[in-house]
Amino acid sequence: MTITDAPHIVTRRLGTPRSWTLETYLADGGYQGLRKALSMTPEQIHEQVNTANILGRGGAGFEAGRKWGMLAKPTPVYLTINGDESEPATFKDHMLIEGDPHQLIEGALICAYAIGADQVFLFVRGEFPLGIERLQAALNEAYAYGAVGRDIFASGWNIDVVVHPGAGAYICGEETALLESLEGKRGYPRIKPPFFPAVVGLYGAPTIVNNVETVSNLPWVMLNGGDAFAALGEGRSKGTKLLALAGHVNRPGNYELEFAKVSFRDLIFDPSLGAGIRDGGELKAFIPGGASSPWLGPEHLDVLLANEKIAEVGTMAGSGSVVPMDHTTCMVRAAWRIVRFFHRESCGQCTPCREGGGWLEKILQRIENGQGRESDLDLLMDVCDNISPGVRWPPAQTTICVLGPSMPPAISSGIRMFRDEFLAHIRDGRCPFPPDRLPGKLASV
Amino acid sequence: MTQRVELTRKDRPYTPPYVTQSAVGTSPPNPPATGETVTFTLDGQERTAAKGTLIITAADEAGVYIPRFCYHPRMKPVGMCRMCLVEVTGPRGATLMPACYNPVADGMVISTTSEMTKKAQDGVLEFLLVNHPLDCPVCDKGGECPLQDQTLAYGPGESRFVEEKRHWDKPIPLSTLVYLDRERCIQCGRCVRFADEVAGDPLIDFAERGDTTEVATFPTEPYADYFSGNVVQICPVGALTAKPYRFRARPWDLEQVESTCTSCSVGCRVAAQASSDELTRYIGVDADPVNWGWLCDKGRFDFQAVNSPERLRAPMIRQGDELVEVSWPEALAAAADGLAAAARIGDGDQVAVIGGSRLPNEDAYAWAKLARLALRTDHVDAQLGDGLPAETVLGLPKATIDQAAAAPVVITLCGDIKEELPVLYLRLRDAAQKGQAIIELSPSNTGMTRYSAASLRYRPGQAAALVRSVLAGEVPEVSALLDAAAGKAAGGPAVVVVLGRPSLAETGESVAEAARALAGLEGVAFLSGLRRSNVHGALDMGLAPGVLPGRVGLDQGREWYSQHWGGELPAAKGLDTAGILEAATHGRIGGLVLLGADPLTDFPDGGAALRGIAQARFVVAVDTFLTDSVRKADVVLPAATYAERRGTFTNLEGRVSRLGQIVTSPGSAWPDWMIAVELAARMGHDFGWSSLEDIWAEIEAVSPLHAGVSYDLLSSREGRDGVPVPLGAGGALRIARRLDPMADPGIQSTEAHLISPTEFFGAGAGRLSAFSDAPAEAATGPGGDEAEPASAANAPTPETPAESASESGPDTAPPAESPDGPRPAMLAAPAAGPATASSSAPADTGELLLVSGRTLWDGGTALAHSPSLAGLHPAPTARIHPDDVARLELTAGAAVRVSTARGSLDLPVTVDPSLAPGTVAVTFNLPGASAASLIDSRSECTAVTLSVVPARSVDSVGGSGE
Repeated sequence: MTITDAPHIVTRRLGTPRSWTLETYLADGGYQGLRKALSMTPEQIHEQVNTANILGRGGAGFEAGRKWGMLAKPTPVYLTINGDESEPATFKDHMLIEGDPHQLIEGALICAYAIGADQVFLFVRGEFPLGIERLQAALNEAYAYGAVGRDIFASGWNIDVVVHPGAGAYICGEETALLESLEGKRGYPRIKPPFFPAVVGLYGAPTIVNNVETVSNLPWVMLNGGDAFAALGEGRSKGTKLLALAGHVNRPGNYELEFAKVSFRDLIFDPSLGAGIRDGGELKAFIPGGASSPWLGPEHLDVLLANEKIAEVGTMAGSGSVVPMDHTTCMVRAAWRIVRFFHRESCGQCTPCREGGGWLEKILQRIENGQGRESDLDLLMDVCDNISPGVRWPPAQTTICVLGPSMPPAISSGIRMFRDEFLAHIRDGRCPFPPDRLPGKLASV
Repeated sequence: MTQRVELTRKDRPYTPPYVTQSAVGTSPPNPPATGETVTFTLDGQERTAAKGTLIITAADEAGVYIPRFCYHPRMKPVGMCRMCLVEVTGPRGATLMPACYNPVADGMVISTTSEMTKKAQDGVLEFLLVNHPLDCPVCDKGGECPLQDQTLAYGPGESRFVEEKRHWDKPIPLSTLVYLDRERCIQCGRCVRFADEVAGDPLIDFAERGDTTEVATFPTEPYADYFSGNVVQICPVGALTAKPYRFRARPWDLEQVESTCTSCSVGCRVAAQASSDELTRYIGVDADPVNWGWLCDKGRFDFQAVNSPERLRAPMIRQGDELVEVSWPEALAAAADGLAAAARIGDGDQVAVIGGSRLPNEDAYAWAKLARLALRTDHVDAQLGDGLPAETVLGLPKATIDQAAAAPVVITLCGDIKEELPVLYLRLRDAAQKGQAIIELSPSNTGMTRYSAASLRYRPGQAAALVRSVLAGEVPEVSALLDAAAGKAAGGPAVVVVLGRPSLAETGESVAEAARALAGLEGVAFLSGLRRSNVHGALDMGLAPGVLPGRVGLDQGREWYSQHWGGELPAAKGLDTAGILEAATHGRIGGLVLLGADPLTDFPDGGAALRGIAQARFVVAVDTFLTDSVRKADVVLPAATYAERRGTFTNLEGRVSRLGQIVTSPGSAWPDWMIAVELAARMGHDFGWSSLEDIWAEIEAVSPLHAGVSYDLLSSREGRDGVPVPLGAGGALRIARRLDPMADPGIQSTEAHLISPTEFFGAGAGRLSAFSDAPAEAATGPGGDEAEPASAANAPTPETPAESASESGPDTAPPAESPDGPRPAMLAAPAAGPATASSSAPADTGELLLVSGRTLWDGGTALAHSPSLAGLHPAPTARIHPDDVARLELTAGAAVRVSTARGSLDLPVTVDPSLAPGTVAVTFNLPGASAASLIDSRSECTAVTLSVVPARSVDSVGGSGE
């Protein structure tokens, strides 16, 4: 197999003993990327990042170099690293923060130097206590080592980095909600325009918000060059991608794979990766790019894991969370679980998401409990339409941010692909599937 | 398919009135002024608007109504409710855009009626009703509810929601005044945004998230704010209700009149509403130059006092120790006889009139004329020793509120604006947020301190010394602000001084001296900070010693007014209230009129008031309540108060605006002017008035200040927000904004607001108009005789078409001359103060000095008779600087005896580092312990001594006057 031949750019040290310490990091060439960056001009770094064509790893897939280029120039400039990874089945940043915090810090510093930032904030999901502990410890080490703070590596460049734990809201992963939260306010996404924090961001100042995985690539890019990064992958999708494989596979976990070279079939069935469906079961459908992405069926297994290839079949690579569902999965329940998550995490700021989410969850729950009506399927779709007009992909929205439009894909996918199953719930007045195999209250509907 | 009744827009069952009106008219307060315009298409019509104009504003201006909930024209748009989604076709095709925060752009094609827009409106309304209880039949908002109205006009007709709704305990109190029903809440955020953005007291915010989001207070702090009523006013559903109105009326039973709030001197425009001849509610009217729609809670809720069963209903005469009810003729005869006798004895100097700031302008004029002509006295003073010399207030160059808000620098030398003039506080706070530098000169911290660029302390009596040191450049940061101000002034004054009484325990003269020094600043203008209701109207109408109507000095106007009034005027300037009380104490006042005045509780020096009233030989009280002072009167005449009669009001800018009538007065209470006319008649003077119009015609004819300010002008669209006098002061008049029932639900916006003012305000327009003809009032008045108005030549004719009022209104110079020759000159600015320290300034002897200011919630008559407000006053304390607390070995919270030459109070100690060291602050007029028992009005300032009170006395904190 060629699947694992590509270099591991961001996960190289994961699994080595005490990978989160400075000692381990330095032994593996740590902070050499930053040293090299400091010998370059910010423009040269920006050029390398443009050459590497790093797509943002947070979900939207916006080119990091292009984002930096949009930065308005009045000072101060802030850099914020988005480590508020909170979606079910997405856990790649979680591992990077816990397993290699120095790589994240170094990447953030390279980014900060390149964009001329005056302050770096590492916004980390509050429910990552171990990650926050290790990141703070690593930051303390980095300060002591001279990689952060005054006159870094005798270059004359100063920067401070702060770890900011999130307060428990998924919505703060939305970059403008994150900035509001950092400012000490309720985590409400901001109205757009202004569209880009690079123009109006934290405290109204130009701000770059980059994902943990995105900046974790930077030390490698500095040492190996943007060309080396761009040599991996195909088309727009360059380098490697960290994929979080969850769900009904034998070997769930994080896999760093070359972009655009591996198919979903490889990821799910290759013995070195997912190693097939659990209990020898059949694949019924899979979620290709996080809970908010439209689902795919077995007929799409050969789609390559590349942003543009996945977009071609009407869904997205998103954050890189892939969730295969086996033949025992109740699709009503699956849609309900996803909608329930988004409903619970709706910030409540705008009406369609706040009220629509709860309504959709209640309808799905009713169908799952055997009290559905046939008209509920049209009702579900029309409520979805009032949140995301046209229920199309990419989604339109009546809402302020994209959390609301994250609900319809699961419902529209479920109804489109498994309409008979929905109707069976309604016709039989009960769910035809056994209860969840998960313990406790998660299983209760 | 779902079972759903499809209604076309044409079939919609109900169209609220504001949909058919052209332009509800709520452009944002600060429209962009780049000069650039953009061209766009709205519902098929090409239009242009200033670049940066929001879609919703552009549509309002075009007469196209876009439904809305969270949008409020006085707050930043937030796009939360999504009700204003409209289809916008731009370069990237058709999308839905919220109209409330997206500006119009060149080439934009907007449709407010397309299928896409309609689907979005249906969708949002259906969502909003998912968790709304639909308890309209028992909801106070039912009938005036934007959610109800817009659901009927723009909603889907029925809901497809069959699940269980969200449930909460309800209602829950956010404060003693405001109750929250969380089930009705649609999370538009208007209330929490108001509290933070407008009031600056973010005591409520959203808690939880998603569809369990609720408005909440902080756990240990109620939403006790001076502006809490505004969140009730702007709530677009029945979620927030105010205790005084809860379950009191249904909207369709309410009558409304536009009026002016008289609780303080800011003069906020209001819609007064009544049901069954009882006041039920006040709603702020959005007047651009004044209150922007906001009211303070005192102004909003103290109408309860008007409804009070304690109101005086019939005249009374003293018989021995008792006051007994008599008929009006008996009472008037007794009053006239007693006053006439006193006036005869001492060549006119034996009668005095205290008070008058409660009175509308016409009534103040009537009493000013009565005093000078019939009572033959110049001892008239509308200020109760808590103001400033009239010449200072009237003579200094004046600024409007708008000019103050636009000035680069504002200097405050006045009481706590947040406590005394709350809505002016909102305006100045807004200005400070936008970059204005406020320089505060005060004896202690105020509500304005946190917004001040510099806050300087002075010891009582030292205001002028502080000003001189500031002007001499001894405070560098203030000098820098003042130096920069001139360059930043955009047409208006560079520096505006808000001038009032920082403390009642120093003389007004010491503040006036400071003001005269400030008058030397380049580009300076003054905004009066005197707080007392219509005190500015009273001063303008001559209810001050040495001042005749129209800001004319007694000597300058003697000839003019003698001629026009037909009688001799007093020979010399009279006494102010302090002087009158002093004279009374020495038996020199034979007749004392208390014109809505209660010196016993309201005059700073309670002891002086007590002695003066006790020694006055004959006391007539014209009042609404049986106050402590009224109880001492020999004749009591019950007066009609605001909302019970028409009239005009003059605010602290000198802005004249109209008062409307909506209820009848209790018993046989009369308007004050009728009492004056009747007393005059009984003393041989026929004023010849049978209506307010007659009085105003005379004022307009004789007062140099009011020339050209006609009732027609005040009723016109240019004059409805009030007209600063003299005409032309404050710049050109602007057309008043239309009443907006979406911004302020409950306000009754009728088509009448959009048509000619005569039809709306003029004769025969019925009770809904602001100024009905009120035949009932005329019938009970002194009418009957067919006397011509005093100056028929200048009287407005009822037939005058409104257009002429508008045309001749704002841009026309007032007639400088009447047929009888030039009007007298108005008071000019007093000479600037001496450059050197005044010899009258007391030397700093190191003794403790008293400071006394007011709070919004105090022991005032209106509050005491407003059940919802009566208990809100703070507990009295003695605020002492920490150095003095330490030096005198006092303990915070423990009782201290505050003693002066006048009396003493036992009060708990509060440590207040914001005071100047060596000062002790005791709040004026708090129930149970007023500084009035301490203040010595004879001295420049009041020295105090502090002593520890034995522990056993701590429970009985209170006062004992002399």
